Amino acid sequence: MDTIGGKPRDLSEINARTDSRDILAHARQQADLRGFDDVFIVDIDSHIDDGGNWPDVMGYIDDPVIREAASSFGDGSKRGAFLNSTPGLQWQNVFGRIPHGQGLKEPTDGGDVPREIELSRRCMNQMSLDYQVVFPNALLFLGMHPVREMEIHLANAYNRWLVEHVLPVDPRVQAMLYLPFNSPTDAEETVKRFLGKPGVAGFLVTSSRHKPVHANEYMRLYAMLEEAGQVLAFHSHLNWQDEYTSQLNRFISMHAISFVLCNLVHLTNWVINGLPERFPKLNVMWIESGLAWLPFIMQRLDHEYLMRSSEAPLLKRMPSDYIREMFFTSQPMEHTSDKLLEATMDAMNAETQLLYASDWPHWDFDLPSRIWDLDFLDETAKRNILGYNAARIFNLDIPEKYQATAAQ
Amino acid sequence: MREIYVAQADEIADRDRKVVIDDDLEIGVFRLGDEYYAWESNCPHMGGPICQGKIMNRVDEVLDEERRSKGFRFVDEDVHVVCPWHGFEFNIRTGAHPGDANTRLNGFEVELRDGAVYVRV
Repeated sequence: MDTIGGKPRDLSEINARTDSRDILAHARQQADLRGFDDVFIVDIDSHIDDGGNWPDVMGYIDDPVIREAASSFGDGSKRGAFLNSTPGLQWQNVFGRIPHGQGLKEPTDGGDVPREIELSRRCMNQMSLDYQVVFPNALLFLGMHPVREMEIHLANAYNRWLVEHVLPVDPRVQAMLYLPFNSPTDAEETVKRFLGKPGVAGFLVTSSRHKPVHANEYMRLYAMLEEAGQVLAFHSHLNWQDEYTSQLNRFISMHAISFVLCNLVHLTNWVINGLPERFPKLNVMWIESGLAWLPFIMQRLDHEYLMRSSEAPLLKRMPSDYIREMFFTSQPMEHTSDKLLEATMDAMNAETQLLYASDWPHWDFDLPSRIWDLDFLDETAKRNILGYNAARIFNLDIPEKYQATAAQ
Repeated sequence: MREIYVAQADEIADRDRKVVIDDDLEIGVFRLGDEYYAWESNCPHMGGPICQGKIMNRVDEVLDEERRSKGFRFVDEDVHVVCPWHGFEFNIRTGAHPGDANTRLNGFEVELRDGAVYVRV
């Protein structure tokens, strides 16, 4: 690399080991151009690469027998122990075209700060974020684990590792903890055990699972979260094993459908079974299905509800009225038509219900500029979506320098 | 209009590029055989560092006479650069996305003089 006056004159090809500060150098430039250091920005969904830290996580398994058994995996290294991840996730990088899509491989200093915090700080600085909510890659599949109890063991271990080892280090890094949703009473125990711990922003269900969200077994969990004022989030993920998605031969096809399909099913059950009427104060959030599905399901359910209201007797309003009161994260924000995106944001009351998410370091991440550069939003709406909606529902402290705009 | 010195022509290998910084501008100069092409390293999708991406040939799907799929092939004459942020691909010769001609890179004129490569901006 040539340098002029200490500054680089040329730039190298980005590969799988490139430092994420270099990968995201243009994000920092965008932030400077738009004055993002004066904009309160919260990233509701980013991801921790688990490959390296998984052996540490295994040390937090409560059950001594299972904890010991983890040592039998990975030639004794515990890497990947008990996980049911599918090859699908490894296809994210478009076969090498998007190097960071395989996970961040860059070195970190190895000091007292956990690698996860160091990587999160690098991203927060480049994107000009004030908070980042992180979620582990490895747990995205866990709802489909063939061993029901393993979801409980691994979820508890990961939640403990996050709460005891990662979150206390930096209050700007927060997490929504994994609920072992296939076992409702254990999900309740998770809330009791971790509620109020520093850095715990809320609780999350991974949506790739075959469990109807309206089952009576979950009512106590929902009541508990509602009473505690906690967010219940549903994070979509891929599932290439379902009968329908197993017909799709390309990752593009499976990803486009699968990340929406799981949340379509859960949201439909949530609305039609009247859960918004049963738990009117529970803040429900839908993560990583994008936005384009919302006008579809709002119109579709309204259309059918008018003809078949006897099947949804708990509803007192149109299905779309309930959906409009839910919360959604922005990424991956489909933006190929200003007209359609504007209509979508209007339909969902984006100004109060939409929250920015990056999904970094996944292959389809979004930058804050995606929201800021939308001409049809006014500045108040942009600031709400980028940060203040999150501050409101997660009770986040807003730094002093933003108080004037926050008051507006 | 001004001129930026990029490199000696033989410093850039065939099917490679040099990405230079000039104030706020980043420009990638690509070499394909004896031809050089200059593009702004700013992806029209989200502003990613397109010129620092992987160089790969366009992928095509092969059909037989009955229009049955026979798998993929690389098209040697269509060389792409792939944005490392999100995978948008652009033809290095034309600067255009293979599926949307309206999505294209911002280009610059290249001049070869006395064995050196210059770009006019």
